[in-house]
Amino acid sequence: MASICFYFQVHQPVRLRHYTVFDKNDQYFDDYKNASICRKVANKCYLPANRLLLDIIRRFEGRFKIAYSITGVLLEQLLSFSPEVISTFDALAETGCVEFLAETYYHSLSFLYSRDEFVEQVNKHVETIEYLFGQKPRVFRNTELIYNNDLAALVESMGNFDAIMTEGASHILGLRSPDFVYRPKGCRKLKLLLKNYSLSDDIAFRFSNRDWPEWPLTADKFARWINNVNGNGNVVNLFLDYETFGEHQWEDTGIFDFMRHLPEQILKHPDNDFKTPSEIVQSYEPVDTVDVPHLISWADTERDLSAWLGNAMQSNAIHELYRLEKKIKKTSNEKIIADWRKLQVSDHFYYMCTKYFADGDVHKYFNPYNSPYDSYINFMNVLNNLHSRCSRLAPLDANSIADRALMGKNYLTEQAAEGVFCPPLGGA
Amino acid sequence: MGPIVSLSKIGAYENKPLGDYMKVFMLGWEFPPFISGGLGTACYGLTKAMDQLGIKVTFVLPRMVDSKYATHVKLLTPESQMSIESQMSIGSLNFPELKNVAFRTINSPLQPYSTPDVYQRRIEENLRQKHGGNVGATSRCSGTIDYGSNMYVEVHRYAAAVVELAGDEQFDIVHAHDWMTYPAGIAVAAMSEKPLIVHVHSTEFDRSGENVNQMIYDIEREGMERADKVIAVSYFTRNVIISRYGISGKKIKVVYNGVEHNGGNNWPLAETGINKDEKIVLFLGRITMQKGPEYFLQAAKKVLDVVDNVKFVMAGSGDLMHRAVEMAAGLGIGHKVLFTGFLRGEEVRKIYKMADLYVMPSVSEPFGIAPLEALGNDVPVIISKQSGVSEVLMHALKVDFWDVNEIANKIVAVLKYPPLEMTLRNHGSFEVRKLRWKDSAQKCAKIYEETLLRFEKCTL
Repeated sequence: MASICFYFQVHQPVRLRHYTVFDKNDQYFDDYKNASICRKVANKCYLPANRLLLDIIRRFEGRFKIAYSITGVLLEQLLSFSPEVISTFDALAETGCVEFLAETYYHSLSFLYSRDEFVEQVNKHVETIEYLFGQKPRVFRNTELIYNNDLAALVESMGNFDAIMTEGASHILGLRSPDFVYRPKGCRKLKLLLKNYSLSDDIAFRFSNRDWPEWPLTADKFARWINNVNGNGNVVNLFLDYETFGEHQWEDTGIFDFMRHLPEQILKHPDNDFKTPSEIVQSYEPVDTVDVPHLISWADTERDLSAWLGNAMQSNAIHELYRLEKKIKKTSNEKIIADWRKLQVSDHFYYMCTKYFADGDVHKYFNPYNSPYDSYINFMNVLNNLHSRCSRLAPLDANSIADRALMGKNYLTEQAAEGVFCPPLGGA
Repeated sequence: MGPIVSLSKIGAYENKPLGDYMKVFMLGWEFPPFISGGLGTACYGLTKAMDQLGIKVTFVLPRMVDSKYATHVKLLTPESQMSIESQMSIGSLNFPELKNVAFRTINSPLQPYSTPDVYQRRIEENLRQKHGGNVGATSRCSGTIDYGSNMYVEVHRYAAAVVELAGDEQFDIVHAHDWMTYPAGIAVAAMSEKPLIVHVHSTEFDRSGENVNQMIYDIEREGMERADKVIAVSYFTRNVIISRYGISGKKIKVVYNGVEHNGGNNWPLAETGINKDEKIVLFLGRITMQKGPEYFLQAAKKVLDVVDNVKFVMAGSGDLMHRAVEMAAGLGIGHKVLFTGFLRGEEVRKIYKMADLYVMPSVSEPFGIAPLEALGNDVPVIISKQSGVSEVLMHALKVDFWDVNEIANKIVAVLKYPPLEMTLRNHGSFEVRKLRWKDSAQKCAKIYEETLLRFEKCTL
């Protein structure tokens, strides 16, 4: 028995506008660019792919199933710039064959820097999905499938999840296959679903590569590879970026036709079926425990975090960002907190990556900057302005000063010691 | 004339035989330490690398050399040669580390006030002697004559002398660097029936913007037209050659410059006597229209509006020097801008050691070796997008020369965010070590080979 589990990652970052050290206003994001990219991707990918998958689901009357993880930052943009996409996702939700997963609302790396912020973002995402699509997510996937034992423990302790997903990286599995359900080390209840990266990447990366010996990849051929899993595994987790359809692989590569024919080819074999992640969890028990003491991800050939935190600029930018957390939250200013959270979108750090030469092509995709240096400069200029905004607002908050005084701390002298400039009231 | 020596040495370097050996007759205008810009540095780097590849080069220079300026290369002064060879009016230099390069300097002019007409007659006479016919190889040179231009006169005097010298030399190919040597290159190639390669390090449009000197433009264009192959130092320059000189792109090859690496550079900071409380932003180059000094100063003004502990150093001289001093004063930043005048040798290394950032806001820079030297000295760089070097450097900040706001933004960022400076420095100094003259020389050798093959087919 091989159950195929399709999960699509749907995400677009919010891109910053060009922001110099001389800029003073609090408009950080490039609405024009974000809107035009959002509409472009909607037309090339989201709308045609949603239509196709809806057709397939109706055609197979409950035998074809898929899952999505849609980030909060994309949902916000779709609601503003392409609301019709939301209604097609809603139509998919109503078929009962589509599951929505939970992740950090801002597609952030918050797990690595602030557990409080991480939990808040996951809860915000769960609420948003429930509000828009009427489902409460039961399966969690972290940004870029970043994962380790601690994450699994934290997600289990949150209480509302049955499973977590990550990359089926060879170096954590050894000789074991990703095509089974596992248990994260240290967890009692939570199950672990692992991406079959070889079969997933055949579609996501190699599909249109004419130098690949298997090119052209047909639905028939791919179904045969799936059939080979029969007897050697229970599940095949195909985790893909949704933009594979129409963006990473353009329509003229035949990617939509491939997808149109794949379900019937796979279902030709009586032992195959499609399941959502939650159905996988219900159907299969863990065969073994997987120990992942060090962080992994689904990125690049290294399957590590070096695409986001590989150089001094990246680590400096993200440390400075999370160092502001207390100050930002103390302002209780929704606009400031939202701006700060949008700066957490992992793509900002991805743009600063200097690992050009090996992984260059993928990294340049959707990258609005010409160089990692430009993106760092821009980000830091914005972050500086954000910092000055909360410094300006902080003294206005009489309650927090009173709170701190009760705790035996003098807020104003503490600020002075930190070298924060406090203009008179109304200066903001 | 067949191949002169077998080319076993080249094969050893490139792991594949380059075919027959070649001997190059190379025409330059300057050579270290007599340099006013990048051309001399490039000629030195290229010939040194060719020397290591075993290519035989006869390098012809038009100027006299005085040994007291010699720094990292040892010279035999032409005067010492001249005492023996004074009748010949041709001297020679000797660089002990360059085994396969013979230097010839052309010292005194054949006639002190030679005019282009005299030059033309001499060339044609020479050609008639060689071929017994009326070749008229240089007839077009006389089209526009600027009698007031000493440079022009000197160029042609040089050409005549070179033709004379070439008669005694054996070579397979002629390689001429920049316009001043093109007439000589054309004449020598015609006389010897060897292919001509012109190497474009800069064009009149880089040096003079739209106010081109017609005489120089004509010489440049004729050189490119007559050449069998044109070598451009960047795609930036290749585009200029195609669009402004009407040369077919098929004929133009790009060979990037390299950079010299001087090994360990452990100058103790104390010796420079610099107090490192202040950051130093460096402009190093000729202070001329081409180099964009006014954009540097305007950016400096903007930087000083938001950062205080920084000084701007302008190292170099040029025809806009006085205007630059006045402009700094006019912007009210005179006390923050230092002018050092022209620097050479150890002084250059010293200033790099002091600098926190190098800025090259060139309006039009065919290549730009200085940023590579800055990176080689661990100084991060901001370079204009209107430069050839921006094609080869990834780990540099790039700006449009006219975008003063962005130049200032990037200067402030480097001064303010240490991880930026660190990442630029680490990656940049690594990247620059991959740009080697050896690769440039090998590319040139390949172009020689292709040209010779085609040339032989044509002449057969």
